[in-house]
Amino acid sequence: MSALLEVSGVTVSFDGFRAINNLTFAIGAAELRAIIGPNGAGKSTFMDIVTGKTRPDSGSVTFGERPVSLLKLSEAQIARAGIGRKFQRPTVFEDQTVQENLTLALKAGRGPLAVLRWRKSAADEARVAELAGQVGLGDSLTKKAGILSHGQKQWLEIAMLLAQEPRLLLVDEPAAGMTLAEREKTTELLVEIAKTRAVVVVEHDMDFVRRLSCKVTVLHEGAVLAEGSLDHVTRNQSVIDVYLGRG
Amino acid sequence: MTILHPRHRSALVFLACLALFTIGVTVAAHFGLVSTSFVKTLGKTLCLCLAALAMDLIWGYAGILSLGHMAFFALGGYMIGMWLMYARTEEIVIASLANGGLPATPEEISQGIATQIFGVVGASYLPAIWSFAYSLPLQLALVVAVPGLLALVFGWLAFRSRVTGVYLSILTQAMTLALALYLFQNDSGLRGNNGLSGLQNLPGITAGQDTVSLWFFWASALALALAYVALHAIVSGKFGSVIRAIRDDEARVRFLGYSVEGYKLFVFTLTAVICALAGALYYPQAGIINPAELAPIASIYLAVWVAIGGRGRLYGAVIGAALVSLLSSWFTGGRVPSIPLGFATINWVDWWQVLLGLTFVGVTLFAPKGIGGLFDHFTGSHPPDRKGAPLGPDDGSLREREAEA
Repeated sequence: MSALLEVSGVTVSFDGFRAINNLTFAIGAAELRAIIGPNGAGKSTFMDIVTGKTRPDSGSVTFGERPVSLLKLSEAQIARAGIGRKFQRPTVFEDQTVQENLTLALKAGRGPLAVLRWRKSAADEARVAELAGQVGLGDSLTKKAGILSHGQKQWLEIAMLLAQEPRLLLVDEPAAGMTLAEREKTTELLVEIAKTRAVVVVEHDMDFVRRLSCKVTVLHEGAVLAEGSLDHVTRNQSVIDVYLGRG
Repeated sequence: MTILHPRHRSALVFLACLALFTIGVTVAAHFGLVSTSFVKTLGKTLCLCLAALAMDLIWGYAGILSLGHMAFFALGGYMIGMWLMYARTEEIVIASLANGGLPATPEEISQGIATQIFGVVGASYLPAIWSFAYSLPLQLALVVAVPGLLALVFGWLAFRSRVTGVYLSILTQAMTLALALYLFQNDSGLRGNNGLSGLQNLPGITAGQDTVSLWFFWASALALALAYVALHAIVSGKFGSVIRAIRDDEARVRFLGYSVEGYKLFVFTLTAVICALAGALYYPQAGIINPAELAPIASIYLAVWVAIGGRGRLYGAVIGAALVSLLSSWFTGGRVPSIPLGFATINWVDWWQVLLGLTFVGVTLFAPKGIGGLFDHFTGSHPPDRKGAPLGPDDGSLREREAEA
């Protein structure tokens, strides 16, 4: 299987500190992958590099069947190429309604003139309603996002990600602040999404990762320490030493 | 989407008020109830309201506190002023040369115009930037093109480097100050600190100022109405949603695939052009323009009007600009009685600035929504301040009505 995203030999230093050290990572077009690792392992920096927020000092990052280097693209161009990102804290536009939030994310022309000319079609309206329904916000369409509960905001953000129709989703700690029932629902949704596109989940919660039952990549000091099934990596002695043993 | 949709209500009310106001002033002027100079003041106020609309779009909606937009306003005035002055001087020169008996040659006419206009700065030829001043259409095109291009280049440089917040405000202040200092020079080609004058005299028009002032009043009202409708359409659609999102969290907007810099540049340039058009309508009513109009304080006033009127709602900007600029001309007109305190006298010409400053601080601290926020009380729409807390224990519990809206 050819990889959708390929990160190879990437190194980033911040004031001499190597946040990412010769990292190599690849994910297929329809694959679910969990990334775990202790604090400071470089999980967030990895996401920053893929989404264009941070430029690596060396290495290459390519995306798509006919691989395109992401290193020369801006954040917005990378998002348009098909990479969606969910932040750890829910970041929705609190002053706007659920409907407006979803409409913003809906796949459509992103340029100022295209947006000026844009008119809501019945199909768009139906799609927004469908997405909201999918995450349990079907009857909150006209509510401002600011009055939603923490969990609901997380859901809204996931729905916004889906509205973008990305080919790769980067999800940072989706289960943070969620109840057990919400976590289970999130797991189901992520597994479902990963049938048609690539999903990378960064997570601390081992139970959550176990429920995803997917390939796990363990990061440590900016490099891949181990890769494989959860059972495989948790038996790895170096993983136990740097990460699990401390818990 | 129908025009009677609730979200368009404020625009319809605004247009109705503006129409009533325009008709009222016209009738009053017809019966001599208001003076020509007051009609001009009202017409100029409408132009300032137009500039405030632009300021609200870029600051209130897109969150970019530009403190240089009055530079574009003044540039628009300079561009139309060049034609007005040229064409008017041409008339005078031709008339005076005709007294000589022989028909004047084109060289004599252009020499005469140059001497008339540039005699005050010791020059006797027309600078290259006056090349198009003979033509109204070309100079009107420059009203849009010159401020538009300046905004485009300045904005491109600033936004590309991701200059935001107070740093951008300082940059825009520097821009308007630099432009003012440049124009103060006699060899800038725009008559230095003399500026352009006699702009109230329209070339080829024999009607008196009482009539001309009404024409400009109507034109200003029409421009304000058209701009209001256009901007209302922009901000109530998806574009408005995008720029408000940029105001609240621009990094998140980038990850949705929108080019934040492109939007900022678009809004910056669009609002610069609106300001330029407002200036092109303002200065023929003011009659004179000089580089002091580009002083940094002018752009700060624009921000103060919008803040007092209420950011993020178009009618708020108009109310703020109209109220504060009219009050300002009333207080500084010297007709407000001074208040003797015994140990000192409050002379409003001087103390008005203090009052305005205190009002600005007060509004910022205690009523961040400005005067426009008062309308929320009438319509009963209070945003719930729930700090993100859930509405209630479950769907069946009693909920705050406004939170559901």
